[in-house]
Amino acid sequence: MAVPEVKEKYAGRIQEVTLGAGSRGKTVAIGGESTLPFLHFEGTVANRPAIAIEVSDREPDDWSPLLKEAWGDVMGDPAKWAAKAEELGADVIALSLDSAHPERGNTGADDARKTVRKVLEATTLPLIVYGPGQKDKDNEVLVAAAEEAKGERIAIGNAEEKNYRTIVAAALANDQVVIAKSPMDVNLAKQLNVLIGDMGIPKDRIIMDPTTGALGYGVEYSYSVMERVRLAALGGDATLQQPMVLTVGYEAWRTKEARTNDEVPQEWGDWAQRAILWEANTAITLVNTGANLLVLRHPQSVALVRKAIDRLMAGA
Amino acid sequence: MALSGIQIYKVLPQTNCKECGVATCLAFAMKLAARQAELSACPYVSDEAKAMLDTAAAPPIRLITLGAGDRKLEVGNETVVYRHEKTFVHQPGLFLRLPASLSDADFAAGVDKVAGYTVERVGQMLRTDGVAIEGASADAFAARVKQAVDKGLAVILLASDPAVIEAGLAAAGNTKPLIYAGAGADSAALAPLAKKYSASLTVGAAGDLEALAAATEKAVAAGAEDLVLDPGMTGWADALALPAQLRRAAIKKNFKQLGYPIIAFPGSLSDSAEEEAMLASLLIGKYAGLIVLDRFDQAVVYSLLALRQNIYTDPQKPIQVSPGLYEIGEPEPGSPLLVTTNFSLTYFSVAGEVEGSGRKAWLLVADSEGLSVLTAWAAGKFDAEAIAKAVKTTGVAEKINHKSIVLPGAVAGLSGELEEELPGWKVLVGPRESIGIPSYLKLLASQ
Ligand code: SF4
Repeated sequence: MAVPEVKEKYAGRIQEVTLGAGSRGKTVAIGGESTLPFLHFEGTVANRPAIAIEVSDREPDDWSPLLKEAWGDVMGDPAKWAAKAEELGADVIALSLDSAHPERGNTGADDARKTVRKVLEATTLPLIVYGPGQKDKDNEVLVAAAEEAKGERIAIGNAEEKNYRTIVAAALANDQVVIAKSPMDVNLAKQLNVLIGDMGIPKDRIIMDPTTGALGYGVEYSYSVMERVRLAALGGDATLQQPMVLTVGYEAWRTKEARTNDEVPQEWGDWAQRAILWEANTAITLVNTGANLLVLRHPQSVALVRKAIDRLMAGA
Repeated sequence: MALSGIQIYKVLPQTNCKECGVATCLAFAMKLAARQAELSACPYVSDEAKAMLDTAAAPPIRLITLGAGDRKLEVGNETVVYRHEKTFVHQPGLFLRLPASLSDADFAAGVDKVAGYTVERVGQMLRTDGVAIEGASADAFAARVKQAVDKGLAVILLASDPAVIEAGLAAAGNTKPLIYAGAGADSAALAPLAKKYSASLTVGAAGDLEALAAATEKAVAAGAEDLVLDPGMTGWADALALPAQLRRAAIKKNFKQLGYPIIAFPGSLSDSAEEEAMLASLLIGKYAGLIVLDRFDQAVVYSLLALRQNIYTDPQKPIQVSPGLYEIGEPEPGSPLLVTTNFSLTYFSVAGEVEGSGRKAWLLVADSEGLSVLTAWAAGKFDAEAIAKAVKTTGVAEKINHKSIVLPGAVAGLSGELEEELPGWKVLVGPRESIGIPSYLKLLASQ
């Protein structure tokens, strides 16, 4: 008996979004696929998932010693850090303007401009610029970043339901891409995409971040939200067709498994191997369900995820 | 695929004789469809109808058992393609490949590593399942198989010579081993052996699903029932594409010839333990039933067991603990009061850190519908009102002699509102991550 045909014919396709323009030596396109992850037999996987390396404008005081060991001195200087990240295989630099947080330095628009300028000069890669995650300061520094990087087609975020207008307006005015972040819920993600779209920003300038948990800390929850988003998008729901970015490094490196080796069970194994795998396995699990852009922290997990994606694309 | 009442009615005698205890054949058919009656209650049903109904009632992916006793492993019997539709039910087995040619000591060490590995996570004990033993001479093979089953492990017999396989089967006794004779093997020829020893049998075909379906048909015709599929993955993209097609054929098309669990060997497609772990992770998410690893690093195994536990939880309800007041280490009236949400991982992380600190505390668990602190806060399910409600309903004020409550640092912004909701209380802001709890409690105690 012949095997029944199992190829799906999808009505929809994921929106392609390109990061980088102007003085960027490289541009990075994400999304554009017409099937589920790497099912080359039934559709096209137009672009490989891209890897961003997270770089902070303020030397992080709460990062795992393993990350400090891996990056060394460059952690005190976002420009040097970005240059090293490019050398180590990043596709995109994710610059976090963390020093703008009221409790972590309270720097302002001028500082943000200077930092963005320095980092743009230090790397040829496209940028994501994240605010500190506090409403007023996000608005202040992201507007400054969008203006300073005009013509470079950077992504700015996060635009959230409670605070998206100023950020989207800044992206619109300066031809940048916006990251729409929603808390692990298909309907909230959809609603935010609609709200942001209503402001008139074109669809090829929105990336969505449906929020993830790390391996062992709710990754299955985001896994299924993302799978539902992706199936709806391929099914033709135009409000969910944006490519997806996930802050894997942030989530994986705040787990106990990655951060520490103090008084942990012996069965957890070698600390460095465990921590790197925690990030790499969280990343690959999300790639398995539709992630298009991963923000990572450790050079070794970057190398592992890159090679895994090479292998997955080899079937194309 | 389940049949409807009408489809079943068509093959019943349609005489309405009532001997089944139901007024009409149609009513009986409806009960059958709803699984509220057994077909055997109708004495007049034809053999043909019986066969058809049996096939329709069989699960789309056959349930296969490996091992015995307390390590019995069941795989297959899945009913959906995507885990948001319905829970994935039978976690894939994790095995370590061991060559029988290893020295006694090395082989014993390998078996002990697998048999001895257990780790606790979210109140569950997680462990690996067995070993896949790679053939040597019949005598050596039998001895190795016995070593493994004596430790209670499930075994996969990696051997192609029927005499060697039979020696292994005999040594495995009644522990339901799986025969794996290699991708190109004639599995139908091994079907009688599988039957004789109640073993399951792997059927393989390199990358060709038509050939694979033909091979399972042949094996079934030769008497084998419990099959496992090796679709012959030659690369990582294959390792996603082939299982995806098998899963769809079995579940969406009810194609019985491919309705069996899948075995995968990620090590042979990887250059390092980390790569092997990543491919195994992809296979845990998408459709492997048995995963045979070439390397056994504890960190790798731990991350795979955590992922397996995650993927196979009920997607409709995050693992939760009951909301309420928890006592950590026999707290006294003067011990601090901490509040968190009822997502189990949040609870276990916080409780674990308090315990680990050696201090005593009251832990107030608010009902956040099983969401973690930040997610629940963003969704409006962990706000000042919900926390105040938990304080009141648990009567914690009567158990303590102070009026201070510690909020998770991630929701520090709630402190103002909470002070309004709880007049007379002092709201303290704790650490953002549970890992900061021990030093926070120490600081609190010194004040
Ligand atoms: S016993 Fe069989 S034939 Fe008689 S009513 Fe029931 S279903 Fe119909």
